[in-house]
Amino acid sequence: MSEHIVQLKVYVTIFLALLVGTALTVMAGLHDFPGKLNVIIALTIAVVKATLVVLYFMHVRYSSRLIWVVFTSALFWLVILFALTFSDYWTRCWLPVC
Amino acid sequence: MAESHIATEHAASHPALQHHFENMEQQREAGALGMWVFLVTEIMFFGGMFLAYTLYRTKFPLEFASASNHLSLAMGTINTGVLIFSSFTMAFAVYSAQTGKQRAQVVSLVLTILLGLTFLGIKAVEYYDKYRDSLIPGRLFPGRPFNPAGVHLLPGADPRHVEMFYWIYFAMTGMHAVHMIIGVGVLSVITFFAARGRYGPEYHNPVEITGLYWHFVDIIWIFLFPLLYLLGRHLEHGG
Repeated sequence: MSEHIVQLKVYVTIFLALLVGTALTVMAGLHDFPGKLNVIIALTIAVVKATLVVLYFMHVRYSSRLIWVVFTSALFWLVILFALTFSDYWTRCWLPVC
Repeated sequence: MAESHIATEHAASHPALQHHFENMEQQREAGALGMWVFLVTEIMFFGGMFLAYTLYRTKFPLEFASASNHLSLAMGTINTGVLIFSSFTMAFAVYSAQTGKQRAQVVSLVLTILLGLTFLGIKAVEYYDKYRDSLIPGRLFPGRPFNPAGVHLLPGADPRHVEMFYWIYFAMTGMHAVHMIIGVGVLSVITFFAARGRYGPEYHNPVEITGLYWHFVDIIWIFLFPLLYLLGRHLEHGG
């Protein structure tokens, strides 16, 4: 698999998209949305921005399967870390013991 | 037989090719893979702190929102822009190396360093503001123990729990800043060799790998910025 050179206009597009994302997240952060929507919007924009950086700036979109597997393993273990911890903390008061 | 064949192939290849690799492409791929494995451990390292943040935010939501509102949104937003710009100049440095544009490569590497230093400078101003307002957790500085009096508390917030936000704020932004400082150091070395013309279309692993690290540090900030500076901001403004 030979090296793929990402074109300059792709970099510029991603750069502009990241700036727009930052502006959007600040505007959304100052607006009062109902319920937990503020958190959901902020995290969604952050995940989209991070995905753009990983896929294009870090070339994962054009990388070998091996790189994909290594990167995905990080997300996999991160999900375990969060899921198991919260399955404890967020369910402690489901029974009348706390 | 086979060994002598490889040896001849090596003799004719790029001087940067290490003897344990078959060709430049394999060497490049191995280098990128190595950096990715390191970044996985970094994701787990920062993941633990994001976990602590989430747990304490759910435990003390009003205190976290109050303390978060005290941070400078303007400086946080500018720093986000600075870091995104530095990621772009870093990507451009890799592109310049790949396409053999020597001068553009050095210029964009120097720009990346300067933007990284700008970020750290603004961060230092923010840290000084916390020192001035006695918001450094614990009793690190004589005469300025942590005192939440300067933080405007939202109704129902307990001033005793405000300090926890600042522990997490300094732990996370501090570790991020350490990574930035290391990144600037590595970039300085890379820039030195780039200026001497070491990297081109054939060989640019160090530039590419440093880029991966730099973008990773940018991604951490992409999450830190909304979590530390923005969430809870609407409670103050929206009412």
